[in-house]
Amino acid sequence: MNVAVCMKQTPDTEAQIKISDEGTSIVPEGIKWIVNPYDEFAIEEGLRITEKHGGEVTLISLGPPSVEKTIREGLAMGAHKAIRIDAPAVPSDPMVTGRALAEVLQEGHYDIILFGKQAIDDDHTQIASIVGGFLNLPVVTVVVELHLDGNRGTAVREVEGGHETVSFPLPAIISAQRGLNEPRYRSLKGIMAAKKKPIAVKTVNLEKEHLVIEKLSYPPPKKPGRIVGEGPKAVPELVRLLHEEAKVI
Amino acid sequence: MKKFESPDYYNVDDLLSDEEKMIRQSVREWVDEEVLPVIEQAYQKAEFPLHLVSQMAELGLFGANLPEKYGCAGVNNVAYGLMMQELERGDSGIRSFASVQGALVMYPIFTYGSEEQKDYWLPRLARGEKIGCFGLTEPDFGSNPGGLQTKAVKDGQSYVVNGAKMWITNGSIADVAVVWAKLEGEIRGFLVEKGTPGFEAPETKDKHSLRASVTSELVFQDCRIPAANLLPNARGLKAPLSCLTQARYGIAWGAIGSAMACYDEALNYATTRIQFDKPIASFQLVQNKLVYMITEITKMQLLALQLGRLKDQNKMRFTQVSLAKRNNVYHALQIARMARDILGANGIVSEYQSMRHMCNLESVYTYEGTHDIHTLIVGEDITGIPAYS
Ligand SMILES: Cc1cc2nc3c(=O)[nH]c(=O)nc-3n(C[C@H](O)[C@H](O)[C@H](O)COP(=O)(O)OP(=O)(O)OC[C@H]3O[C@@H](n4cnc5c(N)ncnc54)[C@H](O)[C@@H]3O)c2cc1C
Repeated sequence: MNVAVCMKQTPDTEAQIKISDEGTSIVPEGIKWIVNPYDEFAIEEGLRITEKHGGEVTLISLGPPSVEKTIREGLAMGAHKAIRIDAPAVPSDPMVTGRALAEVLQEGHYDIILFGKQAIDDDHTQIASIVGGFLNLPVVTVVVELHLDGNRGTAVREVEGGHETVSFPLPAIISAQRGLNEPRYRSLKGIMAAKKKPIAVKTVNLEKEHLVIEKLSYPPPKKPGRIVGEGPKAVPELVRLLHEEAKVI
Repeated sequence: MKKFESPDYYNVDDLLSDEEKMIRQSVREWVDEEVLPVIEQAYQKAEFPLHLVSQMAELGLFGANLPEKYGCAGVNNVAYGLMMQELERGDSGIRSFASVQGALVMYPIFTYGSEEQKDYWLPRLARGEKIGCFGLTEPDFGSNPGGLQTKAVKDGQSYVVNGAKMWITNGSIADVAVVWAKLEGEIRGFLVEKGTPGFEAPETKDKHSLRASVTSELVFQDCRIPAANLLPNARGLKAPLSCLTQARYGIAWGAIGSAMACYDEALNYATTRIQFDKPIASFQLVQNKLVYMITEITKMQLLALQLGRLKDQNKMRFTQVSLAKRNNVYHALQIARMARDILGANGIVSEYQSMRHMCNLESVYTYEGTHDIHTLIVGEDITGIPAYS
């Protein structure tokens, strides 16, 4: 199986995000960059597919040379090779990223293309579907279980309140949800081998971004909690406040 | 639980390569997810968590700085040190296991073994299929191993070994023991396999320290081993001492891990524990302790890192390793004691880890050359005057 996994570099989940002075980007200094956690599920699944069916995993990431650091982390898990699509910065318009990825994916003739279900930085949750649109391929999102058999696959998707099992022809696009697998630790050998694996650099014509970030703002500071009373006697007051003040029930 | 971030007061991370940091991160995650959840109970029950061996092998932690040709990871010595640091942040017993397997069993086979010995043992030890131990210390010869009394006598196509070793890490769980014995008055290394008639390895029980690690006696009574089990190229005391240099190098890094775990715990506790209506971290005496900790950790980091760079350039002297082992373990032990103190009564229960580290470090302070023996090694180096006897 010829597997592609698209991956993004994101700030660490515990990074303290600071908004830059001009208010439309974050301050990159001091941030620890990681492989988007959902993409790690996608990489792991790609590795398991090739371990079972043979073939290679190609990682694809769009961004400046600095994203090669996290591409190497994906290679250290065991992916065979990588492509970096050169861009001065990671676009904030998912349509631009999606079109660029689709162009490169088209050339690779992959049997299956894996994504994380979303990137934890901008949370657009769009790329897999956009790429599917451009490539005219079936897209199965939020996948927690995947089986491939010859030229068809079945996947279990997480849906509101339950699960849905779907089947689809290959090639296809999958977006990975937590639970799909348990990503492996990067072994010392894997890390050493990653150094020698090729990262091809491709250039595509990036179109103009139509979606423009106007303003970033911090979430409102958390209000301190309030204790309304103790024991069963406090319940009516608690219910009243949850209904009238917090408006959650 | 908040993910562990190592203190880095002097931006020492800027001196590390991406690869070195990636290796540290991977071992750190493994320790967080696989070691910390089980280690307290293992320590309380005085059991080595044997199920971790295959995972450590999978990660490539055994003999990680030895060549890929033998199934090892072939990482540089700084990455190897960072790995030891992370392991000991979990527990000195886990780090000890990796130290013995890599520096005291694989290293002597790699350095002094025949091609057949290397080809057979190294890949199996790297994969964790076989466990090793290193027997140098004897009941009557600890700091003075040159006087060891275990004897080997050639008899046809075999050697017959008699004697006893004491305080041997992994002894009872080892498939192979690297045993140092005198053959015609000269110290030589022998590979003794588990189950060889005349070889027993009873476990030393009731320890107060390194409880999540196996410590044993090795007893040899007319133990007959094939002649092919002699390490052909190890001759004299300098052979086992060269192995100790490798292990001590790892310990110098490992101690930083224990110290970091204790500092992290003490700092968190001090900023949240309220006494006299204030966090205890607001008292000058407590701050003094925390500042001592971060100062010494920073110095330990820089010392170990430069030692590693020297080792990677083949410029490291064993006396420099003595200085680092002596310094880093000493301060790690002081830091663990202070952390235990800052935690008050909570410091003595298993919900907190500083006291476990503190008790472990008492062993680390003594093994691989006691603190004072390292004083004498560096003392001789700078004065030219040996002061051992
Ligand atoms: C948990 C644990 C695991 C161990 N694992 C191993 C192992 O795997 N393999 C192995 O071979 N050994 C192992 N050891 C043994 C360890 O290396 C020895 O305990 C150590 O070398 C000290 O020897 P000793 O205990 O006989 O102490 P001694 O040598 O009797 O020392 C006692 C005290 O006297 C001091 N002293 C001794 N000589 C001098 C001197 N000339 N000048 C000043 N002070 C001196 C020492 O510093 C110390 O304070 C282990 C020990 C422990 C506790």
